[in-house]
Amino acid sequence: MLNFIIRRLAISVVLAFLISLISFFIITLTPGSPYPWGELNPKITPQVKEAFKKKFHLDRPLIEQYWLNMRDLFNGNLKSIKDDRPVLQKIGERLPATISLNVLAAVISLSFGLALGVYAAKHAGKTPDLLTSILAFIFIAMPGFWISYLIVIGLVRFTDVPILGTQSYGVIFTNSASLWLDRFWHIALPAVVLSIGGIAVQSRFIRASMIETLREDYIRTARAKGLEPDTVFFKHALRNSIRPLITGIGGLLPGLIGGSVIIETIFAYPGLGRLGYEAVLERDYPTLVAINFIVAALILLGNLISDVLYAVVDPRVRLE
Amino acid sequence: MTTTASTASSAEVADLPLLLESPGRRMWRRFLKNPVGVTSSIVIVLFFTVALVMGICSMLGIYFPYNPNTTELTQKLLPPSAAHWLGTDNLGRDVLSRLLNGSYISLTVGFVAVAVSLFIGVTVGAISGYFGGWIDNIIMRVVDAILCFPSFFLILTAVALLGPNIMNIIVVIGLVSWTGTARLVRAEFLTLRETEYVRAAKALGIRTPGIIFRHILPNAAAPIIVTAVVGIPDAILTEAGLSFLGFGVQPPQATWGNIISDGKTYLLDAWWLIVFPGMAIFIAALAFYLAGDALRQAAESRSERK
Repeated sequence: MLNFIIRRLAISVVLAFLISLISFFIITLTPGSPYPWGELNPKITPQVKEAFKKKFHLDRPLIEQYWLNMRDLFNGNLKSIKDDRPVLQKIGERLPATISLNVLAAVISLSFGLALGVYAAKHAGKTPDLLTSILAFIFIAMPGFWISYLIVIGLVRFTDVPILGTQSYGVIFTNSASLWLDRFWHIALPAVVLSIGGIAVQSRFIRASMIETLREDYIRTARAKGLEPDTVFFKHALRNSIRPLITGIGGLLPGLIGGSVIIETIFAYPGLGRLGYEAVLERDYPTLVAINFIVAALILLGNLISDVLYAVVDPRVRLE
Repeated sequence: MTTTASTASSAEVADLPLLLESPGRRMWRRFLKNPVGVTSSIVIVLFFTVALVMGICSMLGIYFPYNPNTTELTQKLLPPSAAHWLGTDNLGRDVLSRLLNGSYISLTVGFVAVAVSLFIGVTVGAISGYFGGWIDNIIMRVVDAILCFPSFFLILTAVALLGPNIMNIIVVIGLVSWTGTARLVRAEFLTLRETEYVRAAKALGIRTPGIIFRHILPNAAAPIIVTAVVGIPDAILTEAGLSFLGFGVQPPQATWGNIISDGKTYLLDAWWLIVFPGMAIFIAALAFYLAGDALRQAAESRSERK
């Protein structure tokens, strides 16, 4: 087991290095000026330009820029072009909101995906199976921003549920219960929209895994010794089919965090996705490098954890 | 008597070519038996025809039913009516005309971006799977690294910095989304290179490109076609998302995503600016996903007899 973890860690370090290269070079190699002002702005003297270049190491060769960038990122000295604040600090402020949103969305995706997948597998090959598979594709095909707006139109017309931000603005809460309820309402909507695609994907995985397990010999044995079909299905088959869920968590993360760019923008939710979108609008290179790197590294970490968990549950994996 | 005898013998004759049927033919025949697959293919053909006709018309300067870019400020934000079937937007432009005009952008992005990603994915996956060893190791680690990125945000970053236009969008989507295809093609090659016919081809002294392109690739075609079909709606949805954030094909050119983006300010007064373009994206994407799934089922060798 220790061997397995060490090997996985070594691979992850290599991957983290590749991730840092990709996130740096994609952003620096794209043409276009990194200056936060227009090329023809008369107020910008060559000295100002030089100072700017020096500050962000733009006068150095590319490889050195990469090295300095990564060193500064890890030191916490990498500053945003936009407001000169340390990038890590900006990201740190947004991280809790993003993590709580994504964890909630992942929980919704996994639980509903599991239910839908099991239901489809129970009726495999029959009409309910066909309908749930079409439903899954409907979920995947709906653009997140479209469904958000449809829900918003509906909610604003017929209810007074709070929608934007993380909590109602200008309202003073007398007790913590109502504060948390208010926060919950604000996070619920984006989390539900964010989880729609995940529900579909997870339900497909679970269904496939269930159907594969049901073909196993031990299922035939269990049936042959006269167990109730439901006992065989829910106890023997289901338990052995939910292992892919663990890897599913790792696979869910990139999609969730990528999708949250749009969803966080719509719901004015102060997470990492929205920070990223603002950085894109401002062409804030250091922030973009840092966000791409940190998010990819977080996903790498998530994959590592799910790999290890998988190996704990299924010893066969360790030998591969 | 004679009729039964003839049907029996014709059934025997009809069965015979089935045994010799090529895998591609068999896949196609099974696909045509699946009502979901056929329906979604018809929808795809419809979208494709509309997009093609609209693309040609706009090149010739013919617009239907109105010019999608003519602003008519006295006619702004009108709900759907006989004159404007899907209403008008905040500048008085006809929504139906803009939707039709935007269709060829979405489909072009979908098809061409998938072509780019297929080209890269198949090449990289074939090299990785066929040669194996350290080449495979390096390539697969790069693929793993790219898969860690949230692809939409990576695409958004690259497109925004490159400058949003249709060429850049297509190239960036293609460059980011080839990893899935590469993994799949690699896995196919790993199994197929050990088959007897590939060994025989090697023993006959056929050169490596010949083995890869003539002997292995055709046998890996079915899963590649399925990923391609499923890749198209992914690209369409990505383009719509980019357009929605303002980094898609730039106005005044209408795209399905930017009609919604323009309409979001009038969200509560003009629902038709949100509902219809989203419906177009949704139906197009759904048709491709369902067709892809039907193809996948048709390609599976197991499901012939239940």
